[in-house]
Amino acid sequence: MTMPVVAARSLTKRFGAFVAVDGIDFEIAPGEAFGFLGPNGAGKTSTMRMIGCVSPRTSGELRVLGLDPAESGADIRGRIGVVPQEDNLDTELTVWDNLMIYGRYFDLPRADIRERAAELLEFVQLSDRRDSKVDPLSGGMKRRLTIARSLINRPEALLLDEPTTGLDPQARHLLWDRLYQLKRSGVTLVLTTHYMDEAEQLCDRLVIMDNAKIVAEGPPRKLIADSVTREVVEVRLPLDADTAFEAARLKRFGDRTEPLADRVLVYTDDGDATMHAAVDEGFGADSMFVRRASLEDVFLILTGRTLED
Amino acid sequence: MSTPPVVRVVEREALVYARLWRGLAFSTFVQPALYLAAMGLGLGGLVKAHTGSVAGLSYLDFIAPGLLCASATQLAAGESMWPVLGGVKWMRQFHGVVATPIGPGELYSGFVLWTAIRSMLGAIAFLVVAAILGAVPSAWGILAVPAAGLCSAAFCAVLAAYSIRLDSDLSFPMIMRLGILPLFLFSGTFFPINQLPSGLRPFAALSPLWHGVELARAATTGQFHAGAIATHIAVLVGCIAVGAYFGVRNFAWRLSS
Ligand SMILES: Nc1ncnc2c1ncn2[C@@H]1O[C@H](COP(=O)(O)OP(=O)(O)OP(=O)(O)O)[C@@H](O)[C@H]1O
Ligand SMILES: [Mg+2]
Repeated sequence: MTMPVVAARSLTKRFGAFVAVDGIDFEIAPGEAFGFLGPNGAGKTSTMRMIGCVSPRTSGELRVLGLDPAESGADIRGRIGVVPQEDNLDTELTVWDNLMIYGRYFDLPRADIRERAAELLEFVQLSDRRDSKVDPLSGGMKRRLTIARSLINRPEALLLDEPTTGLDPQARHLLWDRLYQLKRSGVTLVLTTHYMDEAEQLCDRLVIMDNAKIVAEGPPRKLIADSVTREVVEVRLPLDADTAFEAARLKRFGDRTEPLADRVLVYTDDGDATMHAAVDEGFGADSMFVRRASLEDVFLILTGRTLED
Repeated sequence: MSTPPVVRVVEREALVYARLWRGLAFSTFVQPALYLAAMGLGLGGLVKAHTGSVAGLSYLDFIAPGLLCASATQLAAGESMWPVLGGVKWMRQFHGVVATPIGPGELYSGFVLWTAIRSMLGAIAFLVVAAILGAVPSAWGILAVPAAGLCSAAFCAVLAAYSIRLDSDLSFPMIMRLGILPLFLFSGTFFPINQLPSGLRPFAALSPLWHGVELARAATTGQFHAGAIATHIAVLVGCIAVGAYFGVRNFAWRLSS
């Protein structure tokens, strides 16, 4: 059995009396892409900062690369890469110097850093901006530079805290593409996100966090298959409709229903049949369509809330 | 070959400084020359006409070490407030540093060390200008450079430890006006502290700047008592030690929460 890259048992983080991470357990295997999915305030960043050895755990067990962050923080930090939720590039330095200086923080020889920095700028498509300052870069470029910076020490594991939040779709896809490449080259990816499509695309396995706890764990497809029907019919209703009432009326067409603010979700294994049945019976709606069940539905069923709340 | 973490922190600061250095040349060389010329020669002429000498020195010789340490103090104070809060709160690059093998305590120490080095670079430039103007009678004068470094480190160690805890820069202008400026004026920089009302003299002797100035003055004039030198060094080192005690803790606390 290989040693997990990260292993946590009853991992807890408190800020004063407030519990940000409440006794969570998980293991991340080498080469795996592992995700923490959850809404704002779920405790994702707090967990990542404990793994990244910048924030000490309050209690519980944590091992990163087999070492205890409380004792070997600097050693661990030397072997991982971190893309924080909030950019913290050095705005007093150019793109190139950001990489050079960061490499020096890892005590790498300058010649090695130079070679690596040129490669990494190529990798994140920023070679033409090497002499630019950081501030004029777009959000997506800063994110890419942060990823390049996090790879300067050839990390065994990469921690990415909401790597694509706030980026346009094109910038997100470019980042995803780079993350796939890293994964293929054997780097363990640990990422947080509140985008379910990102989690489904990138993660081999994930945990869903809510209110400081892990509420579900598994590969994305399996999580969906285990807790949701195969398909969902989304029934959009007029603004003044009573969705709870309409949900009760729609119940007999599927396995279960979830009323949301402006629509009702009907869970069913055969979306088309459900939709036609409802239409045939003259159910009035603004629109209806069938989609595959997603992690969003898993979250909704487990917590009764949507991820974007 | 591994480089100590503190030195790697200094490398970053030195790189930023090297890139900006042309812009800083004015304040490094021209400003001390202007001060020395205006106060040392201009005001010094008046002093000479009226009282002859100050504490047994020409006024120019008297204020050269005073100005030297006063500007080191000003630099240290400026560097230890806004840039520290900026590093943790606005630009946030400190968070990037502590995600590497560099720890918060090392970041703090490197920051203080760099401020001392920068003050010493300034002190060298200042001494060159002062020597040209004839304000450095003794060859021991070169030791005014480490004196300025110690003085700067004392202020930086304490102020950086304070600044890292803050959420806003509201208190900084107050510290400058009510803390640094009075020290700047009344620490034996421009006139001997025995000119102060007797009730205020003990306070001046508490000022780290006064100890720095006395050290630098001993160096540039070559007139000193070994016992006094030891006391001045001990006080400045004491300030650094107290600052470092809190600085290491405060940096760790702030950057981990
Ligand atoms: N330094 C701190 N002091 C006090 N409370 C904190 C601190 N850091 C985080 N918290 C609280 O802990 C909880 C979890 O925060 P955390 O940043 O881990 O959530 P998150 O899942 O990353 O959320 P988001 O999606 O918004 O980034 C929040 O309620 C937050 O307010
Ligand atoms: Mg977060």
